Amino acid sequence: MDNAREGILIELTVSNHPGVMSHICGLFSRRAYNLEKILCFPRPGGQESKMWLLVEEEDRLDQVLKQIDKLEDVQTIDYRRNSRGFFLQLEEMVERL
Amino acid sequence: MTTMNGAELLIRMLEVQGITIITGIPGGANLPLYDALRASTTIRHVLARHEQGAGFAAQGMARSTGSPGVCIATSGPGATNILTAIADAYLDSVPVICITGQVPKSLIGTDAFQEVDTYGMSIPITKHNFLIRSADEIPATIARAFDIALSGRPGPVLVDVPKDVQQQVIEVEALETAPPRKSNACCGKEEIVRAAAMINDASKPILYLGGGVINSGAADVVRSYVDICGLPATMTLMGLGAVPSSNPRALGMLGMHAARSTNMALEECDLLIAAGVRFDDRATGKISEFCPNADVIHIDIDPSEVHKLRRANVALIGDLKVCLEELLPLLQPRTRSDWHGRIAELKERFPLAVAESLIPQKPYGLIRKVAEVVGDEAIITTDVGKHQMWTAQVYPFSRPRQFLTSGGLGTMGFGLPAAIGAALANPDRLVVCFSGDGSLQMNIQELATAVENRLDIKIIIFNNNSLGLVHQQQNLFYDGQVFASEYAIDIDFAAIARGFGMQAVDFRFSPLASNLLKDALLAPGPCLINVPIDKSEEVYPMVPPGAANSTMIGGFAADIKN
Repeated sequence: MDNAREGILIELTVSNHPGVMSHICGLFSRRAYNLEKILCFPRPGGQESKMWLLVEEEDRLDQVLKQIDKLEDVQTIDYRRNSRGFFLQLEEMVERL
Repeated sequence: MTTMNGAELLIRMLEVQGITIITGIPGGANLPLYDALRASTTIRHVLARHEQGAGFAAQGMARSTGSPGVCIATSGPGATNILTAIADAYLDSVPVICITGQVPKSLIGTDAFQEVDTYGMSIPITKHNFLIRSADEIPATIARAFDIALSGRPGPVLVDVPKDVQQQVIEVEALETAPPRKSNACCGKEEIVRAAAMINDASKPILYLGGGVINSGAADVVRSYVDICGLPATMTLMGLGAVPSSNPRALGMLGMHAARSTNMALEECDLLIAAGVRFDDRATGKISEFCPNADVIHIDIDPSEVHKLRRANVALIGDLKVCLEELLPLLQPRTRSDWHGRIAELKERFPLAVAESLIPQKPYGLIRKVAEVVGDEAIITTDVGKHQMWTAQVYPFSRPRQFLTSGGLGTMGFGLPAAIGAALANPDRLVVCFSGDGSLQMNIQELATAVENRLDIKIIIFNNNSLGLVHQQQNLFYDGQVFASEYAIDIDFAAIARGFGMQAVDFRFSPLASNLLKDALLAPGPCLINVPIDKSEEVYPMVPPGAANSTMIGGFAADIKN
């Protein structure tokens, strides 16, 4: 892992249905935004999911956030910088595989 | 409590939304919907000949009225055929509801007959899309689809409905009527005050108006900006009609095929008031050199368009009409006679059209002649190509929703089915479709739909027997190496039209006579008018793709330095 780069962690609440992942990932690929890591969990009740995206888009962050926010299935959006550590335990697990 | 199946419920929901016309084509996976449609007493179904025609006809209804257009296709090829029209609606922010049949749920994912992943394919070209999994979801989904299509920045919504969901019988309680649309809010007061100060202080401001002006119904308030605040106004292809072309302060279209004087004025302006626009490359040219001396006020309902390509000094995010109405009282009435004098000088030195280009045997003259005959009430559609740019340059547009054209996607084949939709939704208006021989061939089958519905449509073919704009670009930018842009056979379009049962007038063997043209335009019912145009008639001026708008090729007074 490149520790010099600082990831931006975007945290979303989204509607939980089978097409949501396509909407989010499709947005990143067709607008050529870099999506490094993604984690998704349904919330209790099954109506919503939480999604965490680690992105490398400091220069275009504002535009990335606006485009995500436009998706009808995105209910809340938040972000924080210097968040590589969020995925650290998962990364260690993957490295052990 | 009533019992009905999903298809009946869906058609009922369209009735609740006030829909009276649907275009489409039936097929295996949407037959339950068609059975329900047959029984509807308030919805008229118009049978297209190709799903793309159905999609563009729905767009013609939506673009000419502002109300959503609805179209239906079956699964598989029906869905893939209609997607071009949906993508076109997406790029031009047109409210269209597209209902597609899908194979039964149990067969989804099995590569069943006429199965494609319509949901997956429509994600990047719709404002939103749905795959309905149970008939219970239909009322809420259809209501939401309309709400999404019309609210904020409008756009197309696709609803994919598996056949078994259409057939699923459920108990339905009383259906709610359509909910009121969300009103669109305005931006903050602070930004309004800053924008007002910038406009009041500017000595060379220009309004840059786009399709958002039409969509938000802001044309009336925009005219106050032009007339009272003394602001000259340029329009994008989608914004034409926002300010009448007869207004001396109207600068026409900007960008790739603008009048030289318009791009020159933009080069000099010190404040750009960008309203309902998205800084498209065909309008701005090389973005880093667009309006180099100008501060920017950007007003738009879509936050993701502001700062996307050009940083704005002040951003007003909200409904354009509301924002402009709140801003107007803070502006000082101004005449700005120096600035208007300078623009008038540019217009005089660099005219778009001169007398010899305005005879009816030349493209500009033909367009002006048609306008003179059909008058202000007519709706004008175009296809895509030279005829489209000539029309955008010189047709005397005077009101919003008068001009329907494929801007963002630039889809050849748009014009005829869009004219059909416009004629269906506006039975009291004459509809003229300016087309080319290349474009018309892309949806020529819809001549049948026009005849079958006895629509008052006049199709004027600018026939240069080539793909004219491609031909032009090969001449200009590929060393004159013309390839694959000339047709080797000369089609008898009048005979084809007559084969569909349509009236036709052909000027191939006789020079264009104004009285024959007038008779053809004013006779009731559909008519095709074929007019030969010399291949060498080019669209000028032209900014080379990727160049700055200050680099213009051709046109009158091209050799004169500013």
